[in-house]
Parts: sequence; C-alpha cells; structure tokens
Amino acid sequence: MSDGAIEIFIQEAQELLENMEQALLSMEENPEDEDHLNSIFRAAHTIKGTAGVFSFDYVEKFTHVVESVLDNVRQGKLLIDGGLIALLLTSKDHIEVLVDAAAVQQQDPDEKILDYDSQLVSDLEKYLKETGDDISEKSNGNYVLETPNETVGNESDHVEKVVNGKPVASENWHISIRFSVEVLQHGMDPLSFLRYLQSFGEIICTTTILDNLPKYKDINPEHCYLGFEVEFHTDASKEKIEQAFEFVSELSTLQILPPQAKISEYASLIESMDDEHFKLGELLVASGALTQRELDEALKIQNDILLTPPDTDKPRIGEVLVESKNIPKEIVDAAVKKQGSAREKLGSSSKVLRVDADKLDELINQVGELVISGATTNLLAAKIGNEDLLETMSQMSRLVEEIRDSALTLRMVQIGETFNRFKRVIRDVSNELGKNIELQITGGDTELDKTVIEKIGDPLMHLVRNAMDHGIESKEERQASGKSATGVIKLNAYHESGSIVIEVEDDGHGLNREKILEKALLLELISEGQVLSDQEVYRLVLEAGFSTSESVSKLSGRGVGMDVVRRNIEALRGSIDIHSEMGVGSKISIRLPLTLAIIDGFMVGVGESCYVIPLDMVLECIEMDDVNTNANNAEGYLNLRGEVLPFLKLNEVFSEKKLLNTNGNIVVVEFAGYKAGIVVDELLGEFQTVIKPIGKILQNLRGISGATILGTGDVAVILDIPNLVQRMVQESGVGNQSASTANTINNIH
Amino acid sequence: MGKMTKATASPDSGGQIEIIEQSFCDQSAQANLAAKYLTFNVANETYGADIEFIKEIIEHGSFTRVPLSHSTIRGVINLRGHVVPVVDLAQRLGYESQAVNKRTCIIIIDMDDEGEKVDLGFVVDAVDEVVDLSNIDIEVAPSFGLDIRQDFIGGMGKLSSGDFIKLLDLKVVLSIAELSNIAAGK
Repeated sequence: MSDGAIEIFIQEAQELLENMEQALLSMEENPEDEDHLNSIFRAAHTIKGTAGVFSFDYVEKFTHVVESVLDNVRQGKLLIDGGLIALLLTSKDHIEVLVDAAAVQQQDPDEKILDYDSQLVSDLEKYLKETGDDISEKSNGNYVLETPNETVGNESDHVEKVVNGKPVASENWHISIRFSVEVLQHGMDPLSFLRYLQSFGEIICTTTILDNLPKYKDINPEHCYLGFEVEFHTDASKEKIEQAFEFVSELSTLQILPPQAKISEYASLIESMDDEHFKLGELLVASGALTQRELDEALKIQNDILLTPPDTDKPRIGEVLVESKNIPKEIVDAAVKKQGSAREKLGSSSKVLRVDADKLDELINQVGELVISGATTNLLAAKIGNEDLLETMSQMSRLVEEIRDSALTLRMVQIGETFNRFKRVIRDVSNELGKNIELQITGGDTELDKTVIEKIGDPLMHLVRNAMDHGIESKEERQASGKSATGVIKLNAYHESGSIVIEVEDDGHGLNREKILEKALLLELISEGQVLSDQEVYRLVLEAGFSTSESVSKLSGRGVGMDVVRRNIEALRGSIDIHSEMGVGSKISIRLPLTLAIIDGFMVGVGESCYVIPLDMVLECIEMDDVNTNANNAEGYLNLRGEVLPFLKLNEVFSEKKLLNTNGNIVVVEFAGYKAGIVVDELLGEFQTVIKPIGKILQNLRGISGATILGTGDVAVILDIPNLVQRMVQESGVGNQSASTANTINNIH
Repeated sequence: MGKMTKATASPDSGGQIEIIEQSFCDQSAQANLAAKYLTFNVANETYGADIEFIKEIIEHGSFTRVPLSHSTIRGVINLRGHVVPVVDLAQRLGYESQAVNKRTCIIIIDMDDEGEKVDLGFVVDAVDEVVDLSNIDIEVAPSFGLDIRQDFIGGMGKLSSGDFIKLLDLKVVLSIAELSNIAAGK
C-alpha cells in the first residue's frame, strides 16, 4: 500500500477520532442525542473498515469491540452513562495509540500497549456481556411467546404487519417466501431451505401461509402450495440469506426485510459511504440493504412500467423498490438523502480544496518576493519619472497588494478547533482534581494564521491548566465564598486593530498580590520598598521560576510554564496581559499579530538606518516642534492634547548619529492599551513589509522582531515596539526618573 | 588527489569567489586521507577552516546594523532575498574590529543547528586559497601559547611551505547558542 494512502488514513483517522471525542463529550451532557451517537459509531465503523483495508489488525480488532458496544447502545440494549463514556474516551485514546503504532511507526504495538489493549477489551466486554444476556433472554422469551400463538387466526394480523414494511421483532430478519407450485416437481424440498437457514442463524418463529391452498379435492400432491413467513435471527448479510434460497429463486417470490435495528444501521452506513455511488440502486446494493438480484428485478419492473403507458413519468427506482416490498422505506429515504448530498458534494467539491501546507508557504514566499521586486520597480520608475510608467506601476502595485491579501487569507484558519480540544482537557482534569469546571467558548470562528494557531496550542494549554489548578477553588471553598460549586473557564477570541486577542478567563479566587510580592522579594525579582502597580505585580508571575502555589501538583505549580508561555507568545510577536480581582477571578489576554508573513509597515528613518514599525500600532505622527516636551537623554514625556505621553528617542536608544538638523517627529504608537511616542528623524511612509526571519542568532534580541528587504535591496529591521518600550522601562526601572515612565505607562492604561 | 579545486577571485566583477569542486573518483575512499581547508586572514593572522560548511564567499558590501545587538554581530545582509546575520570574526576571536579594506570578504556558511539549517556569515580581512591537508598534516593544537580560545582551534595545519596555520573549529567559533547569547548582550 502506498505511503500516500496511509498518510490519508492517518489524517482521516485523526479527524474521525477528534469528531468521536467531541461527540462523546457532548453526549456526556446530553446522553439522549442520537446524532452524536451515530457520529461516534460512524467514526469507529469507518476506522475499523479502513484499518482492515490496510491490515492494521490491532486497530481493526480493538475498534471492532468498541463498535460492537456502540452498536448495542444504538439498539437501545445498553444505556450510555458516565462510566461508559469515560471508557469510550480512553478507548478513543487507545485507538489513537494503535493507529500511531500501525500507520506511523509501521510496527506492532509494544507489550505495554497490548496489555492495556486487553484490559480495555475486557472492560468493554463487560458491557457486551450485559447485553449478550439480554439478547438470549429476549429471544427465548419471543420464542416461547410466539410459538403457542402460531395459529391461523393470528396469521393474517401478522402478515398485515409485515406487509406494512415493519418487521415485528426488532433484531430479527423477516423472510417472506412463497414457493411456486412447481417446486416439488423440480425436486426441491421447501423445508430443507428452512433447515439450511438454521445453519447460520436462529429461526425465531415460522408462520405457514396457506392462502393458496386449494380445496381439498383440487390438491395436486405434486404441487406445493405453501408459503412461509420466517422470523430469523442472524448476523449474516442479506446477500447470504438470499443465497440460501438460490435454488428456488426462479420458482418463488422472496422478500427479505432487515431487522429494525439493521435499518438504522443501513441508513447510517449509507450516510457514511464514500461519494462514489451516484445511482440510488448502486448505493443500496453497496450498503448491503439491497441485493443485486432485487435491484435487477426492480429495474426490470421500472422499465416495464415505462414501456406500457408512454405518457407517464418514469417511476423512480426508489418507489419501485419500496413498492416491491424488498426494502423498507427508511433505507430508501436515507439513500435518497445521501444521493442528494453526494451530488451536492460533487457540485461543491471545487469549493473546498485540500492543499499541501508547504505549497501554500511557497506561494506566500513567492508573493513576498513579488512585493519586494515590485517595490524595486517602483523605485526605478520614480527615478526615471516617465508618467505612463508610473501610472502602470501604481496599478500593478495595487494588484500586488490584492494578491498579497488573498494569499494571506488562504492561510487563515478558525481558532474554534483549537478551543474545542480543551473540552476534553477540562473534563479529564476536573475529574482528576475533583472540581466541577465548565468550559465556555466564544469567538470560535475568529480566524488567524495557521502558523500562529499551531504555536498557540501549548501556551494555551498551560494557561487553561493553571486556571483549573490554581484559579478555580475546590467545591467547598467555592460554596463557602458564596459562589456556585461549578467553576467556569471561558475561552474567547476576537479581532482588535490588526491583532487577535485570545482570552482565558476563570472565576476562581484571582491572583494574590501580597503572595506574589512576597515571593518576588524572595526570588530577588524586586527590591524591598519598591512601589508596583497591579499590572506590574501580575506580570511578575510570568518570570522564570515563579509559582505562588504552596503545593506542587501534578498539573502545575512547579514554576515552569508561565515564563515558557511568555517566551512562546513573545516569539510570535505577541504580548500577554493579566487582569485579576481577588475572589472574583482572573483573565489572561494574549494579543497576537494576525499573520507572520507580510504586514503593512510604517517606515521611519533614524540616522543612517531605516526601521519599520507595524502600521497597525501607529496612531498618528506629530512634529516634535509642535509640542512641549520634557526630556532627558533618551526618554521623556510630552503633553499630547492633555494626555501624558512617554516617549523614546530612537537615535539615542540605538546610538545612531543624528544626520538631519530637525528635532524629529514623534510616531504615536498604541499596543495592548498603552500609548507611547517614538521619536525618529524622518517619516518615510507606508510600506508593504515582507517579514523575513532574522536568524537564530538574533532571535533572542529584544526590541526587534524581524527584518525585511527594501526595494533598494537593503535590509531594514522591524521594531518590536512593545518589547522596546518594556525594555526601556525595565532597564531604568530601578532608576528614579524612569520609574515614573513605567508608572505613567501603567497609569495611562 | 581525486579532486581538482579551482578558486577564482573576481571581486571587481560582481564580487563572488566560487569554489568549484570536481570529483573524479570515489570521494569516500579519500575522505579519511585528505580534507580541504580554506585559508584566510584575520587581524594579520592566517587561519584555516574546513570547507565542509562553507557555502560561498561574497564581497564586503552594505550592512544593516542591528540595533541593540552586541558589536560582535556586524549586522545583517540581503543574500539573494534571505536575511543573513554576519559576525565580525576578528572580534569573536578576541581581536579589535578590523577596518574594511579592498580584500575584505564575507564567508557564508551553512550551519546545522538542532537539525535546522542556519545561514551565517563572517567577515575576514582577506581570503587566500584552498589547501589540501591530509591527517598527517594536522596536529593537535598546543595546550598553551595560543592567543585565542583553545576550543576555537580544531588543530594546527602544516602547509607545504612548512608554516603552521590555526584551523578553526567553526562549530565552536560560530556556535549558534553562544552567539545568540552574545547578540542579546547576556
């Protein structure tokens, strides 16, 4: 089997397992929901099937057990409860492990996994056994009940029911056979067929149909006048049952109706089938609900009808099939629905396309190069000064910009899927901690770059775990403080001025300011007597080695984590904000750029160099001469229409020579609610900035976030404004003057 | 010798010195016996480096200074659309930063850092030639008497002229971890 096919299997299995998990979690809240049950069953069923194709025996075997349990649940023989859901969840995890072993590592699972395997199987079988007993009891009961009632009087009633297309006992097949009179003359014994049936199933009850029996004197002993209605219990397929009557198929009328439970199985099977069958008949045959013979017959009938009255519409094959009583209407309905959706998918398959992520990245890179060479051409055109050329160039620039925007949206993904993964985490961890925690998700449809999504998972996990472990109090504590026993964790996402904001909020006891200060003193992060704003205090928990939790739990509390979170977020050019209120809860907001590839930049000149400030952060630009400032060397503050605005002089900070003889300009930037001024020599204007990685060596450097290539071929550094300002605040934090800057920033906030 | 090496320097016409290798027979059989070293000048000393990592040599052109970084990081350059950081090798080895002259070049290397390819450049005052040194020609670095960090030196190479040159261990000299700490001023 090709690697490509296995690749698809792995991907499909992962998706199915994810669906299964989601559905299981939803069922936990709403056990009656049949849609979810069906989707769980479908997932197990499909994985089993595909694993069989690849002969991943372990996967197939285990999934089969899971499927059987699920099947019993679907048939209503087994009630789904918390215990079973928990078992099914662990089974789902186990399937994941098995799939990984078989498909990814291409080897048999090791002993540990196998031990676990057999343990899970025996747990699952306990459930199966429960139902197994039920089955035998029930069928025995049926048998005992039905046999004495097997009288002619009851018969018409019985037949009536069957003719309506509703089999009587839900787990039994209904076979209705009318032998032709010539059967005996052909040397067949009708009874032998019934005996043969018993070789692969159990005949629950048999009703002999005597309707065709002529008057006694007219009876020809060589003729067969009998018909049977048989209730038959078997696991075999319809095909197999039909084969039992193969020898008399020409000589009799045969109808095989599936058991009630089987009907829904067929229906869901049809639903889950690939979209390759577009003809209703094919669909039904493929699902096993209809045999080829039945289909051929129905098609013949359909054609016959078509031939006789030429004016009437061609009857639909589905109608013919239901008419001929070969198949219950439910199955046909399901098939018709499937056919419709398959057609629809055929129509819409061009709308959704799976594309290799690498190809997409390559496209984005190429668009990036296009943007750069476009800028170069623009520069040349401006130099030449040909008006026609300039006009064409401006049109082209617009097109390039549009291409850039469309290319970037290709990578945008909704964050909902990432959020949904936490349902499981919350469930498992809250069980482990003995807390009741509910997860509320909002803004799941907020889109952001796939690369960002991939990297945000781990930090979010840390935050959610922290909130569960440290944030939310125990049931008793909550009740004592008058809160509801169930804690709430909220995940929220929204767009705000070119960034995405992701919030993790809990309604726990909040951060303890005193404890944090105490610990920070101990770790020598702050000095005695230092006055800190709430924000600054909360930011301390993001420092390495910081944990105020007295007890180290399995989940968190070792003080690793929050600083890792901060580093990860900063590596994504993002920032973290913490809000907290004692006893009410805390909210951690992560602010991230929407994309890591191409941004709109604002270029400024400082000394000999050019720098790029992300345009989203720029609020306005003012001339230094126009405002009253109060500055020492590199920093200062000014009065911006009645507001205090701290500012940095970039040429001082970067120790660049001052070339221009002006006082410079102030670029007012805003980030995460703070405002600050950046003093530069020159404003060079807007500029499409293709972000180039600046290399590992410079990655740790704070204050810059990347580089870009200008139209001239020169490299310009992209400034990381939040970091730059923070760096300034920190560096002068101990000093007297700039503490005021730090405080001002926070006060403005 | 199984290989023929040709180094052409044409700094005036576009400024690239290419190292062209042509292999005539099985290389692996020769691998133990001889390796190629590029020799260059830094602060009036001659050094050699295994050409294994060396990708190309380019003329010293315009740099973009990276603000707030240590002066050991000369800056970044645009190498055919990629932003590549450049290290001042003289400073890294502990000398004064050298003035740019007519022969100043940037050697671009392709380092492997935790499975990731990292492009990196370093500035040298002049590039000399490519020499073949067999294992016999390479001696262990003396344990003292060196003016640069001992672990920077991979060995002492004996040239056919009889002179010794210091062979730099580029993996140590240009260690990504160490450089990134230096860059951030830690």
